[in-house]
Amino acid sequence: MAKPDPKQTPMRQQKPKDRIKNFKEVPLGYSEQEAVLEARRCLQCKHRPCVSGCPVEIDIPGFIGLIAKGDFKTAIKKMKEKNALPAICGRVCPQEDQCQKVCVLAKNGEPVGIGNLERFIADWEAQSDLINTPSLNTPSGKKVAVVGGGPAGLTAAGELARLGHRVTILEALHKMGGVLAYGIPEFRLPKKIVEREVKYIGSLGVDIQTSFVVGKLKTIDELLAEFDAVFVGTGAGLPWFMGIEGENYNGVYSANEYLTRVNLMKAYDFPNYHTPIARGKKVFVIGGGNVAMDSVRTALRLGAEKAMIIYRRSKLEMPARIEEIKRAEEEGAIFELLTLPVRYIADEKGWVKQAECIRMELGEKDSSGRRRPVPVEGSNFTIDVDVVVVAIGNSPNPLIPQTAKDINLGKKGNIIVDDKTQKTSKKGVFAGGDIVSGADTVISAMGAGKRAAWAIDEYLKTGQW
Amino acid sequence: MKILSKEKPGKDLTKFVIEAPLIAQKALPGQFIVLMVNKEGERVPLTIVDTDKEKGTITIIFQEVGYTTKLLARLNQGDSLFSLTGPLGKPTEIKNYGKVIILGGGVGIAELLPVARALKQAGCAVTSILGGRRADLVILQKEIKEFSDKLIITTDDGSLGEKGLVTAPLKRLLDESRYYGLVFCVGPVPMMRAVSELTKPYNINTIVCLNSIMIDGTGMCGCCRVSIGGKTMFTCVDGPDFNGHEVDFKELMNRQSRFIEHEKEAECRLHCRIRDTEK
Repeated sequence: MAKPDPKQTPMRQQKPKDRIKNFKEVPLGYSEQEAVLEARRCLQCKHRPCVSGCPVEIDIPGFIGLIAKGDFKTAIKKMKEKNALPAICGRVCPQEDQCQKVCVLAKNGEPVGIGNLERFIADWEAQSDLINTPSLNTPSGKKVAVVGGGPAGLTAAGELARLGHRVTILEALHKMGGVLAYGIPEFRLPKKIVEREVKYIGSLGVDIQTSFVVGKLKTIDELLAEFDAVFVGTGAGLPWFMGIEGENYNGVYSANEYLTRVNLMKAYDFPNYHTPIARGKKVFVIGGGNVAMDSVRTALRLGAEKAMIIYRRSKLEMPARIEEIKRAEEEGAIFELLTLPVRYIADEKGWVKQAECIRMELGEKDSSGRRRPVPVEGSNFTIDVDVVVVAIGNSPNPLIPQTAKDINLGKKGNIIVDDKTQKTSKKGVFAGGDIVSGADTVISAMGAGKRAAWAIDEYLKTGQW
Repeated sequence: MKILSKEKPGKDLTKFVIEAPLIAQKALPGQFIVLMVNKEGERVPLTIVDTDKEKGTITIIFQEVGYTTKLLARLNQGDSLFSLTGPLGKPTEIKNYGKVIILGGGVGIAELLPVARALKQAGCAVTSILGGRRADLVILQKEIKEFSDKLIITTDDGSLGEKGLVTAPLKRLLDESRYYGLVFCVGPVPMMRAVSELTKPYNINTIVCLNSIMIDGTGMCGCCRVSIGGKTMFTCVDGPDFNGHEVDFKELMNRQSRFIEHEKEAECRLHCRIRDTEK
C-alpha cells in the first residue's frame, strides 16, 4: 500500500462572503469519490486507538474500511451498530479532541477525517432512501420513560428500543431535539437532519410526546407508577448572567434566548415566522465557547455590521473548537480578548447602547490549569453596542430536581449519578447529559444516554438496584 | 388541544374552552400555559382561568393585543392549537389570609377569577376591586361576585361604579383598616405598580401576577427575567407571582415594550392577509 497523503481530503464549503448572507450549512459534504479517497488514507491499525477515543466506541476502522471499498450500505450498518445519530455526530462532535486526536496519521500529518466520513455515510443513507433499522430484540414487556428529547434522551431511547423495551420520550418543547433544535444553528446542523434522526428513533417504535413538561404535568413518582424505569436527560437549563449593572436592559439576551428565537422559532424569517428578534448592527457576544461562536455567527447572518466576541482570557484559553473560532474569524467576527464587561449603559427607553469594559491580563494558573485573568486597573473603556448576547454557560434545569426531592443533587444543582451506570439516588431513575455534567458536548451526552440504556436494561432484567 | 367552545365576553376578548385532560388534572390557580397558534407561530403564555377535571378541559380568556392574540382569536370551535404546554409556573399561594383585597384590571380580571375562587374556598374574607376603562370592559362581574364578600367596580369614564382608578377605593379600604392579610393584583403593569406603591407604606403583603414575554416557559431562555429586590429572577419558573414591593416595575415596563416595532410589522401583514382572504 502506498504511503497515505499527509493531508486530509478537504471538504468543500460555502465561501465566507456568501455564507454570512444565509443560514445554510457551511461545509457541503464529500462526494462519493472524495469519501473513498479519504477513507483510503486510513491505515486500519490493529490497535485501533480511534475507537477508544470515541465516547460511543464506534467501529471506526470498520466503517471506514467499508467506505474505502465503496460498500456504503454495509458501512452505515456498521456505524449504526454503535451510533444511532451519525449525521449529527459527524457535524458537531469535537473529533479533534477525540478519535482524530489519537489517529496514528496525526503524528506526521493530518488525521483521517473521521467526522467527515461519518457525516458522509449518514447523508449517503438519507439520500439513497435506504434507512436501515436495526433488528430489535424480543419485546421485554417493560416500559421506560425518557424525559427530554435531546441527544442524551434520543440515544437512550434508541438503544432501549433496540434492546426490546417500550420507550416513551417526553419532551417539554413543541419540537424534539433539545439543544440540537433550539441551540445549534441551522448553518452548523440543519434542522432537517435533526428531524430525520428523530424520525428514525420513532421508526424503532419509540412513542414521542412533545409539549410534555415532566415535573409539572407529571412528577417522577407518577412516571414510576406507570413505567418500570425513568431516564432523565433534561439538559442545561437556566442561563447564567454576570450579575452586572444593566443586564436586564432591552437588547440584552442570554445565548439561549438569542439562539432559541433564531433556531427553534426561526426569527431570522420574521415575519413569515412570528417570533421577533432585535437585529443589532453592533452585537456584543460575551464568552469563548462554541455557544458564543454560534451566537456571533448568527448575529452576522442577521445583518450585524460589527459582531464582537468579548472574552476575558486570551484565544489560547477559549473552550470553543478551533474550527468554530476559525469560521467565526473568516466570517468577520471581531475578537476583543482579555476584556471583561463591567456594566451596560442604556438610552432613555431602556435599550442598551454602550458596554463599559475593563482590560484583563493573565496572572497565575487557577484550579482549571488556565492562567487566571486579572483586571488592569484604570483600563476602563466603552464600546457602542445595540445587542448583547451573554454566552457564559447554564446551570442544570431545575424543574425535575424541584419536584423530586429524593434525587441527590450536586452543588450546582446537577443530578449526581454513578459514573458507570448513570443511576441516581432514586431507585429506578437514571440520568445523563448536561443535567448531570453541566454544559458538555453532544457526544458525551450520547455516551451517557447509551451507558444508561445498558444499565436500565440490566436493572429491568434483574430487578437489582 | 381542540377548541371545544368559543365566546366573546367583551370587546377584543375571546374565551376558549380547550380539550386538555392532563393539564386540567394538574393546573392550580395562578398557573399558565404556553401555546402556539400554528407552526410558524410564537409561543405565548396565557393564564389558566378555569379547569374542569371531569370533562378534561381548561379555559383561557385573552385580549387581542398583538399579532398572535389576533390570530388566536380567529380560531373557531373545532379548530386545534398547534401546541399547548402546561401547567407552568408556581401556583398562587392559597391559604386563609383572613381579610384580603384582590384587584383585577382589564383582561387581568379573567386571571383573577381562579385566585378569587381559591381564596374564598380557603376561608378568606374577599373584597374584590375590578377596574376598566369603560363599563363593557369590566368582564366577569357576576363570576367574581360569586366569590367576593364585597365587590367594588371602577371605570375611567364613570360609566359603571366609581369614576377613577382602582387605587382610590383601595386607599379608602386601607385607611379604614390595616388588617388585611393579602392584597393580590393582576392587570396592566401600571396598575400593578400603582397598587404596590400604594400598599407599601401600609406594609401589607402584596402579590402581583406578572405577564412577562416568554418563549419556552421552563426556565431555559431567560426572556422573562425580572428584577425582584435587586435580584434577577425568571417569571416562568420563579413566578409568575411576586412580592409587589420588590418588583422593578420601570424595568418591567421597558422589557414589555421590546417588540412593539416588530408587532406593528407583523400586524400590518396580518391585515393584508385578512384583506386577501376576504377578497
